[in-house]
Amino acid sequence: MSGWPDAIFEELRELEVRQVAYVPDAGHARLITLCAGDSRMRSVPLTTEEEGVGLLAGAWLGGERGVLLMQSSGVGNCVNMLSLTQACRFPLLMLITMRGEWGEFNPWQLHMGQRTGRTLELCGAIVHRLDDAARAGDTVRAAGVMAFEGQMPVAVLIAQALIGAKAFGR
Amino acid sequence: MDAMRSERFPLRRREVAKALLAERGEMLVVAGLGSTAWDVTAAGDHPLSFPLWGAMGGAVVIGLGLALAQPARRVLVLTGDGDMLMGLGSLATVAVQRPANLAIVVFDNERYGETGMQPTHTAHGVDLAAMARAAGIAVAGTVQDQTELEAALPAIRAAPGPLFYAIKVRAEPLPFALPPKDGAFLKDRFRAALLGA
Repeated sequence: MSGWPDAIFEELRELEVRQVAYVPDAGHARLITLCAGDSRMRSVPLTTEEEGVGLLAGAWLGGERGVLLMQSSGVGNCVNMLSLTQACRFPLLMLITMRGEWGEFNPWQLHMGQRTGRTLELCGAIVHRLDDAARAGDTVRAAGVMAFEGQMPVAVLIAQALIGAKAFGR
Repeated sequence: MDAMRSERFPLRRREVAKALLAERGEMLVVAGLGSTAWDVTAAGDHPLSFPLWGAMGGAVVIGLGLALAQPARRVLVLTGDGDMLMGLGSLATVAVQRPANLAIVVFDNERYGETGMQPTHTAHGVDLAAMARAAGIAVAGTVQDQTELEAALPAIRAAPGPLFYAIKVRAEPLPFALPPKDGAFLKDRFRAALLGA
């Protein structure tokens, strides 16, 4: 079945994204699999999300575009490293699957999830929300164009209501 | 003991940087914040050097992204023990990617040089080369003196990577040699020299 991750994948191909950096999230599982299966994309699993900010700055120095996939909790890990994008005007496309905002069962996700967008904005990023699966492709395309043409950090927050709240078997 | 200097290690960072960069050819260089950025600049400011003024913990992954994007070019990350300690996970990330063109060199003076020469973890025995090896970077060693440096230089310049060398250097106060400070200029200059755009 073709769904919103497939639509995002097609746009990443169109955007000529070559390096796919990620700390996994359940919401990104299908997109991670799709990217890993594309010979034009290099998957780079990270130990912490801030590595992705640096990695993709290096990719841009070398003439390649990338994307950083993470869960909302990872945004806090990126805060100081995001200064790279401001000091150097590096483009950075971030696709962030949300936790802690819609039917969240884990109270430890609420703190970062309720502050993800504002944190990114404080760091100088442009933030788009994706609440409607039918808009996944064009939202990512719009964000990618603004990131790579504007040399700006641009984030797409993929709503927890769209992904489905995690229930751990309940 | 003078906290600002230690002659425990004979190698001097400015001379090692000059030796590393003397025949740089088409090598691409990422220099970690603080002393290593000054060292690289003292050896000669160059459009294909990207010296960091911040982003602590990020030098190795910036070099990794660059090495993956430019597999035909040698990429040298030159950074300090403080920056490396903040980004230890990046050694694991590098090991998974196995970029053959990436060399990581840490100037290890066992000090945080920009903040008052406080001891880093390596002053207490933390072994960066052993950590790199344990992460899966097969070629990893520690250089203690001139003889070992001369043996390591050809590998750093050209041997199949990824490889990692911690070079123990003297802790010493040195004059600043500051690169351009505007990050956007450094980035655009680098891309113009490498990509022509």
